[in-house]
Amino acid sequence: MSGIYMDNNATTKVDPAVVEVMLPFFTEQFGNPSSMHSFGDKVGRAMKQARQQVQTLLGAEHDSEIIFTSCGTESDSTAILSALRAQPDRKEIITTVVEHPAVLTLCDYLEKDGYTVHRLAVDSKGRLDLDAYRQLLCDKVAVVSVMWANNESGTIFPVEQMAEMAHAAGVMFHTDAVQVVGKVPIDLKRTRIDMLSLSGHKLHAPKGIGVLYLRRGTRFRPLLRGGHQERGRRAGTENAASIVALGKAAELALRHMDYENTFVKAMRDRLEAGILAAVPNAFVTGDVVNRLPNTASIAFEYIEGEAILLLLNKVGIAASSGSACTSGSLEPSHVMRAMGIPYTAAHGTVRFSLSRYNTMEEVERVIAEVPPIIAQLRKLSPYWGEDGPVADPEKAFAPTYA
Amino acid sequence: MWEYSEKVKEHFFSPRNAGMVEGANAVGEVGSISCGDALRLTLKVDPESETILDAGFETFGCGSAIASSSALTEIVKGMTVDQALEVSNQDIADFLEGLPPEKMHCSVMGREALQAAVANYRGEQWSDDHEEGALICKCFAIDAVMIEETVRANNLKTVEDVTNYTKAGGGCTSCHEGIEEILAVVLAEQGETFESAPVAAGMTNLQRIRRIETVIESIRPQLQADHGDVELVDVDGNTIYVNMTGACSGCQMASMTLSGIQQRLMEDLGEFIKVVPAGQMAQIAKAGA
Ligand SMILES: Cc1ncc(COP(=O)(O)O)c(C=O)c1O
Repeated sequence: MSGIYMDNNATTKVDPAVVEVMLPFFTEQFGNPSSMHSFGDKVGRAMKQARQQVQTLLGAEHDSEIIFTSCGTESDSTAILSALRAQPDRKEIITTVVEHPAVLTLCDYLEKDGYTVHRLAVDSKGRLDLDAYRQLLCDKVAVVSVMWANNESGTIFPVEQMAEMAHAAGVMFHTDAVQVVGKVPIDLKRTRIDMLSLSGHKLHAPKGIGVLYLRRGTRFRPLLRGGHQERGRRAGTENAASIVALGKAAELALRHMDYENTFVKAMRDRLEAGILAAVPNAFVTGDVVNRLPNTASIAFEYIEGEAILLLLNKVGIAASSGSACTSGSLEPSHVMRAMGIPYTAAHGTVRFSLSRYNTMEEVERVIAEVPPIIAQLRKLSPYWGEDGPVADPEKAFAPTYA
Repeated sequence: MWEYSEKVKEHFFSPRNAGMVEGANAVGEVGSISCGDALRLTLKVDPESETILDAGFETFGCGSAIASSSALTEIVKGMTVDQALEVSNQDIADFLEGLPPEKMHCSVMGREALQAAVANYRGEQWSDDHEEGALICKCFAIDAVMIEETVRANNLKTVEDVTNYTKAGGGCTSCHEGIEEILAVVLAEQGETFESAPVAAGMTNLQRIRRIETVIESIRPQLQADHGDVELVDVDGNTIYVNMTGACSGCQMASMTLSGIQQRLMEDLGEFIKVVPAGQMAQIAKAGA
């Protein structure tokens, strides 16, 4: 019995075709692309092709708008810090409460440094209030940074519209698109998005490679200064093997885009329906009609996510959870809390995130394995009675909190 | 993924004493605000002998919370109520062959449930005496509230003070930024500003040597416990000569001990230091001449 991997929002398997194209860059193609000899020249050419492959996936107008970085986090930091340094008179940032820590932690830090950070709230389905957003846009704002899709719930934000609004107000717009790139079609040249972050390991390329898309003409200040690599916008000898790999992964993602939005989506829908039909007191979190095709975030009430994951892992199923206990932080997922999900449910959210490597057979097996696991844990729960939650659970069990 | 011991896994996958005990006459219901876990412990106590005849638990929580609850019930069964009150959270963690530092609060919750259950049995009101905050030091499992309170109570001013009083920050040192932030907040409340510890560079020669002495003094008790000792012989620029005596001299561990002393001195003085056995003094002097 082989394992079932449904944690693709955390990271993905590198596509074998991607591994194949990158391998020569560890052996015969080891040259430095900046060198003046044929060793370097071939690497330079391969990187140029990779840049175009990424450009095509993103629908960017120019290939020089693609800057290779070391990860999604670096792209996010570069974008936000660049906007602040390029516009020293603007001291405000607009973002959302549900961003990835790559953005939120940086913003918390910038706040201590004297910047004003506006964090847009979300409603119970994880949606933003665009009127509230509009009111914040002004010439004191250096940058808006809003994720395209949420990594936990899969909810998609209307970033194209938000970028238009920012543009109209003369404000730079950055989006953390780490979770959408490769899953949803993108055509940047038709948008007003100035900067976009992506990360290779979420689309079947290796870990440790990312991209910052920088629209031509956007004022920019590099994070790393040094050599002339990436036209002086990101110094440091290029990670050639991974760049080539990301190019190939981008090409493959484009080729599988329809598959992702039909078959992968169908598997996700079947998984969700199958589990919800078999497990009482469970519900889907986020904006169900507006989300990534591969993500199912299900809250199982009255039990805790880590315990669910451990039991799933025991039967060979890999998923993840918004529970506090899986992250080493003390709070349950900030995303679940932001949506106002009560903690007896927020702690029990499990995210299944699929990819083109999953099969319908796997989905059926997960549907069969989940219900007994949930029942087993509920048996241990003080909120659960014989065959349902105890009457008025919050009152029936009201522990003293330390 | 957490590194759970085999014992934790065993108690999670096959928990003992799950469910409410029939005819329970002691109930403790507690939760840990820090992670949202909660536990109901039920005990059946023999009123004559005050022996715990049976124990059961219901837990809303993660793997280690369930394992800690299960361990707790196993530990207290057969104990008298007074004996049970002596059970510490460390006992629970030890029973489970250790818990990751982030999960120590699960064992704390177990101990509190026990206290609450005993209070309930005796008809007393149990109130919690400790508050938990965000985990700062992962090496020694020290949380923010603990650091804050210690800083306030003892008027601490530097990260080093905090390490001396709480151990926090004394291991891998990666939490020093977090400790500095707490210091800044608490000192600001008192109308003071936090300044990072003055670097040793601004010291006079005499002050510097005294500082070196202090560090070496602070290391000696550990060495003495292993029947060894160390004494400061001379300071020559960045080279510090010491004599290792007792069990330390010539032992296999001597060079490890030296590098440990060197590390401590470098951390304290904030400069590069080389610690050399005094026996090599003459050699080095000759080579230099
Ligand atoms: C939305 C989002 N942003 C940023 C990141 C960070 O990307 P990376 O791991 O490449 O730094 C992730 C992935 O964990 C993510 O899901």
